[in-house]
Amino acid sequence: MKGNEALAEAAIRAQCRCFFGYPITPQTELAAYMAKRMPKAGGVFLQAESEIAAVNMVLGAASTGKRAMTSSSSPGISLKSEGISYLAACDVPALIVNVQRGGPGLGGIQPSQADYWQATKALGHGDFHVLVFAPASVQEMVDMVSKAFDTAEKYRIPAVLLADGLLGQMMEPVTIPEPSESKCDNSNWAADGHKFKREHHIINSLYLQPDDLEKLVLERFRRYEIVMENETDAELYLTEDCDVLLCAYGASARVAKTAVNSARKLGIKAGLFRPKTLWPFPVKELNKAAETARVLLDVEMSMGQMIDDVKLAINCSKPVYFNGRTGGAVPVPADVLEEIKRLVATGGEL
Amino acid sequence: MAVVFERPKSLLDVPTHYCPGCTHGIVHRLICEVIDEMNIEGDTIGVVPVGCSVMAYDYFGCDVIEAPHGRAPAVATGVKRANPEKFVFTYQGDGDLAAIGTCETVHSAARGENLVIIFINNTTYGMTGGQMAPTSLPGQITQTTPYGRDVKTAGYPIKMCEMLSTLEGVALAQRVSVDSVPHIREAKKAIRKAFENEKEQRGLSIIEVLSTCPTNWGLTPLESIKRLQDEMIPYYPLGVYKDISGEGAK
Repeated sequence: MKGNEALAEAAIRAQCRCFFGYPITPQTELAAYMAKRMPKAGGVFLQAESEIAAVNMVLGAASTGKRAMTSSSSPGISLKSEGISYLAACDVPALIVNVQRGGPGLGGIQPSQADYWQATKALGHGDFHVLVFAPASVQEMVDMVSKAFDTAEKYRIPAVLLADGLLGQMMEPVTIPEPSESKCDNSNWAADGHKFKREHHIINSLYLQPDDLEKLVLERFRRYEIVMENETDAELYLTEDCDVLLCAYGASARVAKTAVNSARKLGIKAGLFRPKTLWPFPVKELNKAAETARVLLDVEMSMGQMIDDVKLAINCSKPVYFNGRTGGAVPVPADVLEEIKRLVATGGEL
Repeated sequence: MAVVFERPKSLLDVPTHYCPGCTHGIVHRLICEVIDEMNIEGDTIGVVPVGCSVMAYDYFGCDVIEAPHGRAPAVATGVKRANPEKFVFTYQGDGDLAAIGTCETVHSAARGENLVIIFINNTTYGMTGGQMAPTSLPGQITQTTPYGRDVKTAGYPIKMCEMLSTLEGVALAQRVSVDSVPHIREAKKAIRKAFENEKEQRGLSIIEVLSTCPTNWGLTPLESIKRLQDEMIPYYPLGVYKDISGEGAK
């Protein structure tokens, strides 16, 4: 199945019954699949008038406690950032899918990972985080959907699935899970009509007294601490004895993995650290992976954004180099392998 | 002693933050009277805007969602589509509905969403201190049109009811006023009809309410009422601009 379509089907099986979208390449198949499938599943598909409207429809539907999602690609995500800030501020869980393309501006329509900073650091104004999941295969695009909904509801934090045009457009064999049920009870906060059985619920993000607002933000950050402690996930590949540790996520991790395998054939002890959650960033997992490494090589489809988190996670205790392409260009394993060989030849000092 | 007049049950017994002479309170009351009469408070979700009525979530007894600026019709669309059996209304000012949220307003109307939109037109941005609104009258002095609204540079006011009445998804587009008792009674009838339309799934109903803002107009409450009558009503004629029930359309 195609990545975008597999993700859409997985969302329906995860009991998401509200999809609000707007056309943009390279995520359009996701919306098209939803348009066809959602009415048959008894759900809502609506093509909104804009990305802004779409995310606000998600805010409305999700505020009533229903599983709701939207999907877009980079320029559209910028437009959604207002609504995402409100979702975070209202503690309303929802899923936002970003099938990234080259930027900035209108950029291009080829795969990119240039929205890492946006997704993990500043997906809207204000002090907040969203959960960021980074699939590296069509199967993971499927598996991470229900995980994202479950985690979002558990902590009342919006979730982002950060894919890219390559994963969205790629076809791979995939196992779609059986329909699952949300285990989360949203009835203590959802604004779905009080039926005269409880106090009225208010979904709101306005607090004019600084002390009130600070208290709420502090509470949210205490929740973030728990998330950082418990919800990190990463793949460690051939890292036990590695000399050179590659760090990559999503599609570029597949390129990096091929380069690691090639390096191993040449007798070079290369390994790969692949975060599956970008926020929270798997700090402990990276430090474990980097134990034996002399040098780290960060591979991204951007000018190097995750590399900041890699350096922070290891407290700059080892040299971290970068190899990547941007603007929609995809790095090739041969180039990454050359960089690995160069690092080994110079003993990790370039 | 028999009680002949009391606060609607769905209007919470709390002090509001509105300025003296402001007509928000009248409109809140009318909405809540209708909600009580139809006995739908438990099944109603209100969506409030950014602007003076942002804190209306503390006044309405039903569940309330506070939307980003201008996005109330989109938020309400999400609520309604996910919960078609509920009553959903938005409460929006002129800056919210006719400037930053024009796109959401027009498209929710074009889709014929089964919603009620209560549109407070007081020709100014009240919360931020009286800047020019999309509905400010030509020549109107505001903080951002200190020499009067010059239509050559600041454009013309938008007549929302007239504009929206051309869309097929609209069930009811009516402009009312709360400057006098007869007009207030008319306004309540219109709001009731809007909620009945939602019940019957007839499409979108928008009730534009001409309102006052004594604080930012720099007038007393009584002078404000007079301005509404002398300047606003001639520019924004009251009446039914579209009504698919066939009663009283122009």
